[in-house]
Amino acid sequence: MDRQRIIDQVPALRRYARVLTGDAWAADDLVQDTLERACRKWVLWRSGSNLRAWLFTLMHHLYLNQLRGSPPLQVVDIDTLHEGLQAPTHDADSALDLERCLQRLPADQRTVLLLVALEDMSYADAARVLQIPVGTVMSRLARARARLRELMEQSPAAPTQKPVLRRLK
Amino acid sequence: MFDSPQRPFDENDLHALADGQLSPERAQAIRAQLGADQAERVAHWAAQRAQLQSLYASIATEPLPDVLLTAANRLQALQDRQTQLWRWGGMAASVLLAFGLGWTLHGQWSGQPTSAPLPMASEQRFAQQAALAHAVYQPEQRHPVEVDAAQQEHLVQWLSKRLGRPLKLPVLTPQGFELVGGRLLPGESGARAQFMYQNAAGLRITLYLGALNGAGADETAFRLYADGPVPAFYWLDQGFGYALSGSLGRDALLALATAVHQQL
Repeated sequence: MDRQRIIDQVPALRRYARVLTGDAWAADDLVQDTLERACRKWVLWRSGSNLRAWLFTLMHHLYLNQLRGSPPLQVVDIDTLHEGLQAPTHDADSALDLERCLQRLPADQRTVLLLVALEDMSYADAARVLQIPVGTVMSRLARARARLRELMEQSPAAPTQKPVLRRLK
Repeated sequence: MFDSPQRPFDENDLHALADGQLSPERAQAIRAQLGADQAERVAHWAAQRAQLQSLYASIATEPLPDVLLTAANRLQALQDRQTQLWRWGGMAASVLLAFGLGWTLHGQWSGQPTSAPLPMASEQRFAQQAALAHAVYQPEQRHPVEVDAAQQEHLVQWLSKRLGRPLKLPVLTPQGFELVGGRLLPGESGARAQFMYQNAAGLRITLYLGALNGAGADETAFRLYADGPVPAFYWLDQGFGYALSGSLGRDALLALATAVHQQL
């Protein structure tokens, strides 16, 4: 049996948390809460079962609880912000574009796309993490991809707007 | 879900293709049949994937803050303990349950239809308990036995008293096995003793014994119980059941069982 080391799972948890929360501090807090919760619930994990999916499941659960417990972030539509924002450097245009479009996806589509495309998770594991049927994973994934493509194609020449809630650095 | 190469493909398969979640055969079969429009979409999604991964790649290579390292290490310690526990043949919980319930749940546990659990002779259940007890204690590093071989006299007196019969410790030194010690265990019909032996290579065998209700005074031949976590040879002798368990080949285990039997 392969030994799945916890420490190897942490970078991916951090990455997903960062994109999920859009905030480096909030993301690390979420990862820490996840690891602590895992310590308390460890007896539920069985050797040989998928450690990564289990940790992501715990994290997603905590994230949803946080969302419920805290007042929702005020989301400002990018398009209402006009020109008031700083233009990013040009070489990062397409990356920022992607990031911006990603943040405009509905949350349930974004989580599926991130787990599958960014974290390279199997559909079954993504379904487990999000606690939804695999069929729902597939339909959300299809919608996420179609929507992301639309968004990207709508704004090829609009790289000057910074995403609103972006506090990545 | 996405396996058989010959099945006609649908939209989900296109996603699975872009996500690399198909078997190579299936992926190849689908690629060969893709229309231009489908191929373009798959390529677009794959590019989206690559772009996403490169966009956030740096986050995963940042050094971890101490607080996360500490939390991860604490969890790792728990995992190591748990893995150890399950690696004992994954049997610890089953054994406790089984001893507690007198094996009434056996059918369920072993995956046999619960509606019609196979009746198992008490000798067989005895052998099964022996094999499970072996799987539980054999990997134990710190507490393989309750009383170790250094207190052999005490061990024999104690277990003789608890099992209600003067016991003899078989000597397996000629076969390369030295006594590690022994412990007392609960059995279906009373106390059981487990003696553990170990050879120079660290391989452990256990002798499990105790009074069996309904076992007559007669002696039975050796029988092999092979459905447990390790094989066990078991036999009855004057109302007592004996089982010798170990991860050994049939012949080697039988030779040891014979040596034990001759000394009892």
